[in-house]
Amino acid sequence: MRKNVWKSGVFVLLASMLVLAGCGKNENKAASTNEAESDSGNEIKVGILHSLSGTMAISEVSVKDAEMMAIDEINAKGGVLGKKLVPVVEDGASDWPTFAEKARKLISEDEVATVFGGWTSSSRKAMLPVFEELKSLLWYPVQYEGLEQSPNIMYTGATTNQQIVPAVSWLLENHGKRFFLLGSDYVFPRTANKIIKEQLKVESGELVGEEYTPLGHTDYATVIAKIKEAKPDVIFNTLNGDSNVAFFKQMKDAGISPKDITTLSVSVAEEEIRGIGVDVLAGTYAAWNYYQTTDTPANKTFVENYKKKYGADRVTADPIEAGYDAVYLWAAAVEKAGSTDVEKVKEAAKELEWDAPEGKVKIDGETQHLYKTVRIGEVQSDGQFKEVWNSGDPVKPDPYLKGYTWAASLSESK
Amino acid sequence: MLLRTMPPQRIWLLAGYAAAAAALFCAPLVLSDFRLNLLAKFLAYAIVALGLDLIWGYTGILSLGHGVFFGLGGYAMAMYLKLNAGGGRLPDFMDWSGLTALPWFWKPFGSLTFAVLAGILLPMLLALVLGYFTFRNRIRGVYFTILTQALVIITVTLFIGQQAYTGGTNGVTGYGKLFGYSLASPDTKRFLYWVTVVLLFGAFSLCRYLVKSRFGKVLRAIRDGENRVRFIGYNPAVYQKVAFSISAGLAGLAGMLFVLHVGIISPSMMGIVPSIEMVLWVAIGGRGTLGGAVLGAILLNSAKSAFSESYPDIWILFMGALFVVVVVFLPKGAAGLFSQLKRVGRRKAADEGANGVRHPAV
Repeated sequence: MRKNVWKSGVFVLLASMLVLAGCGKNENKAASTNEAESDSGNEIKVGILHSLSGTMAISEVSVKDAEMMAIDEINAKGGVLGKKLVPVVEDGASDWPTFAEKARKLISEDEVATVFGGWTSSSRKAMLPVFEELKSLLWYPVQYEGLEQSPNIMYTGATTNQQIVPAVSWLLENHGKRFFLLGSDYVFPRTANKIIKEQLKVESGELVGEEYTPLGHTDYATVIAKIKEAKPDVIFNTLNGDSNVAFFKQMKDAGISPKDITTLSVSVAEEEIRGIGVDVLAGTYAAWNYYQTTDTPANKTFVENYKKKYGADRVTADPIEAGYDAVYLWAAAVEKAGSTDVEKVKEAAKELEWDAPEGKVKIDGETQHLYKTVRIGEVQSDGQFKEVWNSGDPVKPDPYLKGYTWAASLSESK
Repeated sequence: MLLRTMPPQRIWLLAGYAAAAAALFCAPLVLSDFRLNLLAKFLAYAIVALGLDLIWGYTGILSLGHGVFFGLGGYAMAMYLKLNAGGGRLPDFMDWSGLTALPWFWKPFGSLTFAVLAGILLPMLLALVLGYFTFRNRIRGVYFTILTQALVIITVTLFIGQQAYTGGTNGVTGYGKLFGYSLASPDTKRFLYWVTVVLLFGAFSLCRYLVKSRFGKVLRAIRDGENRVRFIGYNPAVYQKVAFSISAGLAGLAGMLFVLHVGIISPSMMGIVPSIEMVLWVAIGGRGTLGGAVLGAILLNSAKSAFSESYPDIWILFMGALFVVVVVFLPKGAAGLFSQLKRVGRRKAADEGANGVRHPAV
């Protein structure tokens, strides 16, 4: 008899769970039937699509937080076109087909005005056909490998000529000619290194080694042995995620300090420093467009508000800031267009300027990428970056590297 | 008249089939394009579940490697679509990985017939080879299961590593057209939905036929006592190989449909997690019953969609709770629920009968 009571208790739990789920859904349904269009009534629905579970959650949740913060700030100032922004959050679950499915759901079921989302190139590549098919607009906030330009994506992170190309030039000038390329085995490092190799040829650098390890790889003994043998001046590091922890720790154990061989990473930001440990990273370099320490008035308020909202132990970083920018840029474009219609917003977004935490940014009408200032920083013992070089003015985005004659073989194929 | 002579169980079963057929038939009328597309994907999953049920529910061999067969089918179809989308150009990922010419093994995938055949026969062949080495040597139970997991790891590593040929972690996406019709148009989607319904029905009939036949009886005998079957004079390895291979072929078929509905295939779809998820559909739906497997795939994936849409932050907890509840209280899965309810009902009636209160029989 007691067992029966227990059983029925759990059944009640299960039933209430299903009812709850049903309710949640009904609310959504009601909202979407009341407002046949995303901007009718007093609300504008916008989609937020990042991995909230799975391996990418650790990075993407912070971007989601920054985007939610931007939405709250805009709403506090009266919204867009006098209407409140209502975020519809979906979980991409670190799984590329799920990103495609959820993007489709946000656009065709929720009828959101635009979507902010994605991190990995894989997730962007999975979402791209959906946005092109349904003629919607995605704001993608992460630096990436370039060689892409979809009319239905706004790229608010850096493309290669705003991160990798200037970083290579800077290294050649200041730290030596002999390059060792190390990366995770997927599209971003492969493409980045393809570009770097072309650049080294014309800027009289020398390639002394190129290694790829699978994502999540943790044993770098062989790679480090090869590095010792090749004696490079510079290691250009495009490793992603956990592999960085293993690589930098094992470099230290092998007795190679950042002073012996300069290391520059393009996927290690403030947040990764917290994870990897500042003791092994201090003295290495990174190339981004934004650091938490970037000295602009807008950044002071941004960092302050972010910490106030999500906790003093949280840090801001380049993709987090790019996500925040995306929301403001979209809102400004909508205000200018007087409508949330995708084509009108795209038209209004052309050459739109904004004082972002990273400094002045401008949307390039031709490529739908941002003009961004390139910044190279050195990791300090407090886990923050000290900027050692910047490009001065924002750099015009050039995803196909058309402005570089040596890159002709890269861009002509597409 | 016929109905009266049938045992009530059979009438219920027929009613169930009729209801399911009616529901699938009406779905395009009620559901939005997006939901119909989701349902079509779930139906493709149901085909995998049928295959898994055949090998696990009926033959007693647990495979945690069906993601590989599913993925092979998916890649075959994706290669066809990619080649036809490019208009003769090299697929984008080959380009950025440094290939200048199409690899030889990609070439035949330009033909749909070849791609479809490969999508079904390749998984079958792989299963046959794996089965040949394992079943013949009487590798069974948990050892076989571990081998299938190894197969998953090997295949996924291979596909991620050979980026130039497979698209690496990104997988293959961006297709565009099927027989000249845009994959994106609602009409094509509806058409593909019907194709999936028909193929699911076909797969169901095939499995039902197999299960009811002498072949199916031997499978069940192997599940319940492999040595006895051997002593009677059958060679269980042959039956296991064939069942495993058919099951893999169904997974490949489902993979092809999946690609048509979702528009992307990547190694993450054949990893360990999806492979285990596939087994869960069968376990939750009710293994050893074909209807249960189909039901499990559809119900579980609908629940996943509903939970993740309503509670994007914590939906995984709901899924976990659902698994726990089903495993603890419905050991025979959702399909077992009916017989369980009947038993409870009968007991209750008996109790009440003893108390002198009698309700008319249900």
